[in-house]
Amino acid sequence: MRMKLLGLMAALLLVAGCETPADEGATTEPSGAEISDAPPPPPPAATAPDVMDPQEYLVVNVGDRIFFDFDKSDLRPDAIDQLNRQADFLKANGALTVVIEGHCDERGTREYNLALGDRRASSAAQYLESMGVGGGRVETISYGKERPAVLGSNEDAWGQNRRAVMVVKAGMLS
Amino acid sequence: MGIDRMKTGFSAMASLRFIFMTALILAASAVAARAELRIDITRGNIDPMPVAITDFYSADTRTAAIGRELSEVIAADLERSGLFAPIDQRAFIQSNESLLVRPRFSDWRVINSQALVSGSVSYEQDGRLKFEFRLWDVFAETQMTGFAYRTPRNNWRRVAHIIADAIYKRITGEEGYFDSRIVYVAETGPHTMRIKRLAIMDQDGANHKYLTDGSALVLTPRFSPTRQEITYLSYFNDTPRVYLFDINTGRQEMLGAFKGMTFAPRFSPDGNSVIMSYAKDGISNIWSMDLRTRRARQITNHPAIDTSPSFAPDGRQITFNSDRGGTQQLYVMDADGGNVRRISFGQGRYATPVWSPRGDLIAFTKFYGGRFFTGVMRPDGTGERLLTESFLDEAPTWSPNGRVLIFFRQTRTTSSGAGGVTKVYSVDLTGYNLRQVKTPTDASDTAWSPLNR
Repeated sequence: MRMKLLGLMAALLLVAGCETPADEGATTEPSGAEISDAPPPPPPAATAPDVMDPQEYLVVNVGDRIFFDFDKSDLRPDAIDQLNRQADFLKANGALTVVIEGHCDERGTREYNLALGDRRASSAAQYLESMGVGGGRVETISYGKERPAVLGSNEDAWGQNRRAVMVVKAGMLS
Repeated sequence: MGIDRMKTGFSAMASLRFIFMTALILAASAVAARAELRIDITRGNIDPMPVAITDFYSADTRTAAIGRELSEVIAADLERSGLFAPIDQRAFIQSNESLLVRPRFSDWRVINSQALVSGSVSYEQDGRLKFEFRLWDVFAETQMTGFAYRTPRNNWRRVAHIIADAIYKRITGEEGYFDSRIVYVAETGPHTMRIKRLAIMDQDGANHKYLTDGSALVLTPRFSPTRQEITYLSYFNDTPRVYLFDINTGRQEMLGAFKGMTFAPRFSPDGNSVIMSYAKDGISNIWSMDLRTRRARQITNHPAIDTSPSFAPDGRQITFNSDRGGTQQLYVMDADGGNVRRISFGQGRYATPVWSPRGDLIAFTKFYGGRFFTGVMRPDGTGERLLTESFLDEAPTWSPNGRVLIFFRQTRTTSSGAGGVTKVYSVDLTGYNLRQVKTPTDASDTAWSPLNR
């Protein structure tokens, strides 16, 4: 892994050496590339067509959400796997700050669900912190049962709505 | 006055001081003793009492319409209570003009009216309206009560509610609840992108007004017991915090500077503080904020979820919802956080405890077997009774007299988004008289005001 990373880093630096700064900022293959030692790239032009939105990248390549059992906030094995991927992603993209939204299904009272959503978001955030994503980069917010992802009063919809979703708050992909 | 009303929408409160209530001289003759006309509202499913509510008589064409509408508002209030059955006016024999001299009780007995409401409306020299009202016991042939009210013209609906409260009180022996308002959350749009606005209306749905514009998610409004103020949760700037809303000015103010979500606010009975939950690092504890000093004080300190606090009317105890025992249950503690004891021990989960303004009961939401119930129990946990049941019934609030609950009910949603209808209902403490409270849109999170004063 380390060798691969170093290789990637070298490649990136090479690319950086022969392209304009604006294009460098628009690099779209940041996976695992730790270039924190390199000078920070200047911000890309806002209109650069090939800038990949970090949220889009997170959703497509990492996965932005984990799921919970009814009235639970402990992390299931599938959630741990997902959080490990998110931790790697955040470590590789040190400029990103994120918000974890905690959500519940509709089968609970509003105020308790606000607290439960907070507990879900916090349990994800605390795990990420334990994996080395610290420094105040992860905030939490609870929406309780106010923002279901999926409509429907059935087990499938409820299962998809009991979730913690990572949303990029600020920063660019590295 | 009319312009002022348009501006604030709530000048009815200010004009209260213009209401003067004077007892009329009781001129009714003494009649042989007999059982007094009375409704025992502690029993369920009683037959509503037939009552004749006549149009308030006016010799003046300018006030005749008000006399009719006044009678309609009184009749609607009493009918909705489920305790009274207003008689169709087409059955009336005696004219409302001659009623002012004296009822011909035989004319009212023959249509089975047990109680009779008569009155008049006229202009005073200062431009205000004068309402006179009398309540008669038809069988005893006595006047039960009678008052005169003077008020600005645009305040006549409040007079109707005050008269309905007087009738309710005289016949049931309990304070009424008609001169009151309801604040709630008006809902529109699909549930995945629901728009929620604070709204306020009289308890009969009149004078409806939106208080917020829907740009920020708002939840769980509650009335101050002492001021024209609401406390609620707003997601303004994506930061869920407890706010105060001044009804007269529309001013909104975040309460405190907490570093995490504050939610589930409620006023103390003296109106001087707000108790709420404060969530930090996944732990929700109950805090109190003194509104005069703006000092916050932690009341519970437990790694579980503690939320939905509600004071007893004497301010000495707080009931709240906690999952410290494993699942959501109801607890009671002293106001300083000591002496915590669990009071719910039935099957299922219990939530949203709300102490009755009478102090005798705690209303709650219960979730069991995939169904939601509204229920009540005594503060020591005994005497649990379930009043309503559906796919989702939630968040009861008490009428000012502690005899009626309103709550919201949501239907199932299909995966295409059909259903999910969310409406407000009222039910008597006896479990009878379930009725929808009419709202312009879907509605939830109701809070009943104290009686206006």
